[in-house]
Amino acid sequence: MYDAPQVTKQETAVTDVKIQASDVQVYYGGNHAIKDVSVAIDDKTVTAFIGPSGCGKSTFLRCLNRMNDTIDICRVTGDIRIDGEDIYDKRVDPVQLRAKVGMVFQKPNPFPKSIYDNIAYGPRIHGMARNKAELDEIVEKALRRGAIWDEVKDRLDAPGTGLSGGQQQRLCIARAVATEPEVLLMDEPCSALDPIATAQVEELIDELRQNYAVVIVTHSMQQAARVSQKTAFFHLGNLVEYDDTSKIFTNPEDSRTESYITGRIG
Amino acid sequence: MPILWLTVIVLALAALGYVIGRRRALASGDGRIRNLHSLPSYYGSYVAMMTGVPAISLMLLWLLAQPFWVNSAVLADLPVSAVADGSSSSLVMSDVRRLADGLDRAVAQGVMTEADIDAMGSDLSGIRTRLGNVGVALGSDVSTDILTSAQDYRTKAATGRLVMSILVLAVAIVGFGWAYQRTHKDFRARNVVERGIRYVLIAAACIAILTTIGIVLSLVFNAIAFFRVYPASDFFFSLTWSPSFGGGSELGILPLLWGTFYISIIALLVAVPIGLFSAIYLAEYAGPKVRGVAKPLLEVLAGIPTIVYGLFALLTVGPFLLGIFGPDGVGWMQAGTAVITAGLVMGIMLIPFVSSLSDDIINAVPQALRDGSYGLGATKSETIRQVILPAALPGIVGAILLAASRAIGETMIVVLGAGAAARLDLNPFEAMTTVTAKIVSQLTGDADFSSPEALVAFALGMTLFIVTLGLNVFALYIVRKYREQYE
Amino acid sequence: MTDASMPTATGTPERKVKSLTEIDARTAKRNAAEKRFKLYGMAAVVTGLLFLVMLVTAILTNGLPAFKRAVVEVEFTLTQDQFDAAESKLLKTAEYNTLFITALSETLRERGIDREFDAAAVDRLLGSVGGTIRAFYRENPDQIDQPVAFELAASSRVDRYLKGTFGRDDVTEEGNRFFINADFDLVDDMRDAGLIRSAFNWVFLTGVDTGVDNPGGAGIGASVLGSFLMMFVVLILALPIGVAASIYLEEFAPKNRFTDLIEVNISNLAAVPSIVFGILGLAVFIQFMHLPQSAPLVGGLVLTLMTLPTIIISTRASLKAVPPSIRGAALGIGASKMQTVFHHVLPLAMPGILTGTIIGLAQALGETAPLLLIGMVGFVARYPDSFVGGLEGPNSAMPAQIYNWAARSDAVFTEKAWGGIIVLLVFLLAMNLVAILLRRKFERRW
Repeated sequence: MYDAPQVTKQETAVTDVKIQASDVQVYYGGNHAIKDVSVAIDDKTVTAFIGPSGCGKSTFLRCLNRMNDTIDICRVTGDIRIDGEDIYDKRVDPVQLRAKVGMVFQKPNPFPKSIYDNIAYGPRIHGMARNKAELDEIVEKALRRGAIWDEVKDRLDAPGTGLSGGQQQRLCIARAVATEPEVLLMDEPCSALDPIATAQVEELIDELRQNYAVVIVTHSMQQAARVSQKTAFFHLGNLVEYDDTSKIFTNPEDSRTESYITGRIG
Repeated sequence: MPILWLTVIVLALAALGYVIGRRRALASGDGRIRNLHSLPSYYGSYVAMMTGVPAISLMLLWLLAQPFWVNSAVLADLPVSAVADGSSSSLVMSDVRRLADGLDRAVAQGVMTEADIDAMGSDLSGIRTRLGNVGVALGSDVSTDILTSAQDYRTKAATGRLVMSILVLAVAIVGFGWAYQRTHKDFRARNVVERGIRYVLIAAACIAILTTIGIVLSLVFNAIAFFRVYPASDFFFSLTWSPSFGGGSELGILPLLWGTFYISIIALLVAVPIGLFSAIYLAEYAGPKVRGVAKPLLEVLAGIPTIVYGLFALLTVGPFLLGIFGPDGVGWMQAGTAVITAGLVMGIMLIPFVSSLSDDIINAVPQALRDGSYGLGATKSETIRQVILPAALPGIVGAILLAASRAIGETMIVVLGAGAAARLDLNPFEAMTTVTAKIVSQLTGDADFSSPEALVAFALGMTLFIVTLGLNVFALYIVRKYREQYE
Repeated sequence: MTDASMPTATGTPERKVKSLTEIDARTAKRNAAEKRFKLYGMAAVVTGLLFLVMLVTAILTNGLPAFKRAVVEVEFTLTQDQFDAAESKLLKTAEYNTLFITALSETLRERGIDREFDAAAVDRLLGSVGGTIRAFYRENPDQIDQPVAFELAASSRVDRYLKGTFGRDDVTEEGNRFFINADFDLVDDMRDAGLIRSAFNWVFLTGVDTGVDNPGGAGIGASVLGSFLMMFVVLILALPIGVAASIYLEEFAPKNRFTDLIEVNISNLAAVPSIVFGILGLAVFIQFMHLPQSAPLVGGLVLTLMTLPTIIISTRASLKAVPPSIRGAALGIGASKMQTVFHHVLPLAMPGILTGTIIGLAQALGETAPLLLIGMVGFVARYPDSFVGGLEGPNSAMPAQIYNWAARSDAVFTEKAWGGIIVLLVFLLAMNLVAILLRRKFERRW
């Protein structure tokens, strides 16, 4: 078993930038929700977005795979590049983008289908398997990566909604992984889970780091400290501070970050 | 209008009771409201309630019961000679009633006097025309026996009315006195009045049950009467429907059921795809502006009375289809009224029904499922087809079943658009007929209510009631289960 | 958790890195499917709306002509001598007819048209003109010796000929008692002379049903009155009963089997086909209670039972929308439960209740099938003479009258049926508009 990751034993591996956002603005109708955010997110790293509720961290996360497109009144300007390509380019199909940038949501949201079909959904729509055997293989691989294979391998035909909350969330992570994304976005993935399930999911996140750039939004500073290597602190739509997690939690530069970390705002 | 007057008198007594009761209560409390248990108006209401409610209830019950009593009393005195061959005593009684009714009306309008009627004794030739003048049509000429019975009927009815008036007034006065005597400052008038109001509320709520009982009883009794004169096995299994009022009818329900289901299926084939796709488009694709215009416009279709659709089928769609498929076109269709005509128009009527129900159901699917699917890179249509529709399926099935029940129970469109011939056929361009259309035609003719040709309508009605009720209960159960799943 | 770090942890996806800006073939195909799907949805909405447009067009094109009719306008001067002479004759109206014919042919001649026609032709085209003229002068003797412009309603066939729905092809060589071929020429002449014009058909709105001999004179007035009488019955019965039942169920009813039974009954009654209510009315009100057949009173009772579930359901919804804090406030200052409901909850729910009632009434107004069974499709050729007589006596209702006209073969009645639909829809539209306005005006957000 892994030891629970500590902020202190952080090895800053040689990483390259996966996502580069510059001067991003987001408007909800007349409301300026994200102001001038620029951030570089590294590959094979867990990046945490923290901040008080309503600070825009989730909104910004949803810009990274253009989930905000599904909201009519939302408007995004600025420049977000993944591997150097502007994802808001007219030629980019959000469908292809989202296959590359997977997402896990706050509340576990398994489809009302069997566990197998939940995982196979993504590979099927993206045409990743040529036959049933290949699909089976993909499903197994995803479930293993979601660290839930042992628990469900005997009941792949059971409905995904019948699992416990923690299992459901790991199923959703496995579902996201099944499409072989390069980036995984997680929007408060543990907020609906109990502490044990949270620990399991956090462990999983640390493992996923080996293959993906993981961006996690969390309202729990402890969680950010436990799982992330880099942390961004958002406040009122601004990116206040972005640095190594150890730096943010031990020696923040901005007074607002310090206030938040020490519990004075939030 | 003695009943009207009686009611007015009772109500006036009640109003008087209100004023007096209120005053007496105030007087017993030395004119100060503080000394009373309840507000003065409650004492007044108490007296009014005790005066009016029992008396009016008695009157209503009496009015309901009196016809039976008079009917059986007159029937007992009915001379044997009055019942001609091939007729029945119930038929003669309806003649008697109609005549008595006509005489009453003639007297009320001053066309005749009681003396005139008595003087008519032997000369009955003019009575038909004279009653015709006051708007009472008599089926046949009047015989002396029937006139005597009618007079008997009138006398007994008048006696009954008189006794009722006396009793009702007595009850009102007794109630008044009793309540007045109890009116005192310590009397808990508010509690009593509120209990009374509560009973009124419960009675109102029970009308729903009474209606159902009324429906079931009127269907069951008449259907039993039908099965007494016509074998049930023939009704349910015979393949022919050919009523003839001269007797010797064949009354098999199967052709009618087939017509009903065939037309309903065509209607659903029109309504379900259009309604469902409209709902999907309006719920998932359309912007708020398009939705705000298109949704109410589609729902206008649901607010249009069925007679309008019937006329549309008969005079617009029928001739239009005949132009294409008729002898001048493809040659498949003989007349404008056909299964396809009625089915198509009924389908149009059901579009908003399907679309608004499906719309509700699609909107009840949680946004989290959509997000989950989009997050995996699914397109909108993939999300709809593979996530939303499967999730909403039970609800949509329920909606379709409700629509089917509507289609089966729909009357005016098929009466006007489907034709009158009962047929077991697969050709949608043929005229066919339905259960509802036959209920109308069997009960609007001049058939005697005791003949199988008229009674069959009740057996048809019972079948219709059971089928639609079953569909509704099942559909509502599914929809409710579905709603609970996402609540 | 060991399995997670097993073979997969190192096995990175072997998919080669692709540019996001290149759309691969599969995505293109999926996007095409997406577009198609969206198109189906749009097509469905457009089809639905198209049906609505077709329906409205059919109603308007077929029904509007019913509101117009052709009148022949002839200026006519009657001298005192002519009047006295005519009044002394045995066949007085025939005398007036002759006078009118002379006047008409003179008017035509003045406008340069010469045509011979006889009294029978006038009779066919304009009905009994003599009677009309005589009645006018007997009532207004001061108009004698004055020029008077008579507006005479042309027969329905003239009307349809001018509207283009009846032509020379529809009449055989020798014609029939309603129309002969030569009449077309006379109508043409009168039109050329500018004597015929189109006027608003008041008779259609105020008149009563007519027989086949005078289809043009048929009006919907009596059945509008019949409908109103029924709606009156429905309103005074269904509103109080519905509100009382809803108050009981929403505010007082204990949660038990009896309450459940009532609720199940109400929701099922709402979905019972209307024709079944007709059977109920026939069996209970007419056969069992011996109430008069074809009477608006019985129609109203049947429609009341039919409308009650609708009213109860909407009333309960409006009662439920009143927040519990209002009840708590009233109960807290010592009001009884009954006082709370009647003084606070009910007034606040009233706009919603009225809206629901109006919508229920609108539904009842358009209902036809149950009326057929209780005999409200008879031929009603006169207005009732009193309110009570109107309730008890035979009458028709708008939808039943429309059905009745639609079932007749004469094309004039068909036009009347469409016209009747316009009248019916105008009433429904007005009622729904009132309901919408009520909702807008009193809508509260708690």
